Amino acid sequence: MQRGESPLAWVIVDLDTSLCYETSLIVLTTCRVVSVLAPKETDLSDLSGPSGPRSCVCDWPLEAIDGAQAQEQGSLGRLELCGPGGPLHLWRYTIGRSSLVHRFVQQLGQMRRPDRSASASAGQMAMVNCPSCGVVLAAEQGVCPECQSANGKRAGTSLWRLFEIAKPWKWQVLLGFLLMVASTNANLIPPYLTRPIINNVLEPALRDPAHYGFHQAWWYLFGLLGAASLAWTVTWARNRAVASASERISAELRHRTYQHLHTLSLEYYGGKRTGDLISRISSDTDRICYFLTIYLLNFADDVLTLLFTSVLLLFIDPPLAAATLIPLPFIAYLVHRARNKMRRGFAFSSKAWSEMMSVLADTIPGIRVVKAFAQERREVERFQKVNQGVIAANDRVNKTWAIFEPTISLLTNFGLLIVWAVGCWRVIHGPVRVGDLVVFITLISRFYGRMDAMSRFVAAVQRAGASTQRLFAILDRVPSVAEPIRPVHRERLEGQVEFRGVGFHYGTRPVLQDLDLSIAAGEMIGLVGPSGSGKSTLVNLVCRFYDVTAGAILVDGVDIRSFRLEDYRRHIGIVLQEPFLFYGTIAENIAYGRPEATRQEIIVAAKAARAHEFILRLPDAYDSLVGERGQFLSGGERQRISIARALLIDPRILILDEATSSVDTETEREIQLALNNLIQGRTTIAIAHRLSTLHRADRLVVVERGRIVEVGPHRELLASGGTYARLYHAQFEGQMSARSDGAGSILEEERL
Amino acid sequence: MEGFGRFTLDRAPRGGLVLVAADGCRIEGVVPVRPFPVSGPATMVVLCDSHGHELLCIDDLRTLDAATQQLVSDELAHREFVPVVTRVEQVYADTDPSEWQIETDRGRTSFLMNDDDTDVRRLGPHQILLCDTHGIRYLIPDIRELDAASRRILDRYV
Repeated sequence: MQRGESPLAWVIVDLDTSLCYETSLIVLTTCRVVSVLAPKETDLSDLSGPSGPRSCVCDWPLEAIDGAQAQEQGSLGRLELCGPGGPLHLWRYTIGRSSLVHRFVQQLGQMRRPDRSASASAGQMAMVNCPSCGVVLAAEQGVCPECQSANGKRAGTSLWRLFEIAKPWKWQVLLGFLLMVASTNANLIPPYLTRPIINNVLEPALRDPAHYGFHQAWWYLFGLLGAASLAWTVTWARNRAVASASERISAELRHRTYQHLHTLSLEYYGGKRTGDLISRISSDTDRICYFLTIYLLNFADDVLTLLFTSVLLLFIDPPLAAATLIPLPFIAYLVHRARNKMRRGFAFSSKAWSEMMSVLADTIPGIRVVKAFAQERREVERFQKVNQGVIAANDRVNKTWAIFEPTISLLTNFGLLIVWAVGCWRVIHGPVRVGDLVVFITLISRFYGRMDAMSRFVAAVQRAGASTQRLFAILDRVPSVAEPIRPVHRERLEGQVEFRGVGFHYGTRPVLQDLDLSIAAGEMIGLVGPSGSGKSTLVNLVCRFYDVTAGAILVDGVDIRSFRLEDYRRHIGIVLQEPFLFYGTIAENIAYGRPEATRQEIIVAAKAARAHEFILRLPDAYDSLVGERGQFLSGGERQRISIARALLIDPRILILDEATSSVDTETEREIQLALNNLIQGRTTIAIAHRLSTLHRADRLVVVERGRIVEVGPHRELLASGGTYARLYHAQFEGQMSARSDGAGSILEEERL
Repeated sequence: MEGFGRFTLDRAPRGGLVLVAADGCRIEGVVPVRPFPVSGPATMVVLCDSHGHELLCIDDLRTLDAATQQLVSDELAHREFVPVVTRVEQVYADTDPSEWQIETDRGRTSFLMNDDDTDVRRLGPHQILLCDTHGIRYLIPDIRELDAASRRILDRYV
């Protein structure tokens, strides 16, 4: 590095010109652009240091560079460095790098044209976004701390991570554990008492009936009664303590997962099926709770019993104890071997089950489409197919299970046989008395009986492990639309919106490219274009349902990623094509965005949305219940309720996403009147297929294949004879011919 | 109460109300509607014309003079039928729809209920509304005031 030279920006590209994987580092310094070829990505940290090994391929002085261009096509991108005489160099990269490459290009552009608002560029230079989640970072940070810690967390086994969740209830868990030790001991007293009954009462009584009678057994019988009562009390307390703790832990897990789910962007939901997410939150957490209360508790109990039993047996007769405990390691080995097989099986069966749930969640809400297309038979077949999948997956588990369980029984019987054999020999030839042998048999058969349950623990661990893993998969997901580290706070927004070189990829598919647009506060913009041209994506970006992959969206001159999401979205009202009404009353639905609104405010909003009068005609007026999809209301009525909902929050920026396209023309006019009240004095971005609905727009923006092709007021665009004029004529002629075919009366006023 | 200035209400000879505005303009067939019949205070009333268009909204009935208040309340009472449940005698829940036998302030009755989940509506911590298959509603103003047997039956639903 030369004197006075310092690096300003860098980017790593991962392909060479023949599209083979090869990493090179491109650095922008104060006086040149340097490209370094690196053998491995891991070495790059050394290269950036002043004394690191370097194999400098080439460099270009800044004066010789005109600028750089980055372009993506499919999953590939090309970065071209241009000089006055033509292209200087070409790099290729995979799509994952595109946001970094674009940022680099931007920074290079600012270096070449420093006149372009110096303050803005200084701000831009200092701001770097985390490549994985998009959070605005300090200049030196490569990856934001959130993403880093999430990667580290994955290493641990998922079940252990439950401890982290259980922390608030640690005293309760500890109490449960202590009670468990107590109850295990209490349960060991009765078998131990059989020893003196046989040795001190029964055996002498058989030998010498004259001197020994029933009265000698009394004390032992009282002891047994006492032990039983004690065991009952302690076990009851243990069950209470453990059940209440585990219930809370699983509720916390449910709460956290659900909460986290709400921080994830729409991108996440786009790739997930509803049924799957629902089953993760409901049945997986339930399974974990069941595991904690039933299986884990019993297993811990069994392990403690084994420990105490072993001590007791060794204390009575060490050789016999040794014979009793020998088969144990063998069984443990068998359990361990089965574990691996069971794990995969349970994951399969859980997956098959949730696939079946997904089919249900898919078809039952879409039942009208199914019936309309007479696809019942196919849907039943589809369900049957996944149902067969459940059978297949469970068959696999059952097959392993079928051999596993009887093998353990067999080993149990072998174990008992050894105890009987060695025991008999020791009683006849040695110091062991009948009472001792009975204690052995009672304790060990009780223990072997539990061996069965202990082996079931393997399955339970796998099941619960799979469930925890599925839950943590959600919890570990870093929101791709993330909260900024140092949020900018604005009490009030004016509503001036600016798109600056905005690009967006959905997966590897570029949806928007190089979009520049400035919308004044209070202006109404109509977005026009064929479907799939990126209109909806554009408004989704304004809402921050997704984040841009290149460029920035600024509201009142501030990058929207610098606002806290909640603060920002409070200023945005949205009316969708399919209004979603939640289960609740109409008043609750209108006040959804501002639950504290007074009844008067709700009525005012409903009046402005022209919904007041039809609401009054309902039997319960504003207290009428509407279902999940608002069944008993018509499409137009639902839409007007959703307009009232948007009006009530008094947003600065309003998004109308095909708000009137699912209703008839009459209803549309009614909705249009409601919308006119809504857009008053707000920045409005409206998408509409029916161009007549955009007649109030100040400017129309025509989007085609992810780019803006025309901008201007209706008349101007019509006169210019471009894309808009084509669209307009096509639609208008369609309407004309439809009308003359129909009633024959053409309404002149329908024209714009 | 915008638009009409001082107004008076009269009973129309053929039922319903007549609204006389300050300028002497008469509107017949006026119907009082409560916008929040379930959750809201009883004092908020909207007066509509015979086509269902709103004439004026009275935020608080008590701001009107006593005679008008009485007139509106009477008219509302004519139009509203929500028996108050005093005792739940029996519920046959094995069948769907379930059959309820209750005692109300208007006498004993029985009705069918479609869906126990949505037709037993909880309005407040102790207030419950039952809704039968015809949309007739039965109010339980305070569940704590019912006898123990009724409460035991209702416990299954709330």
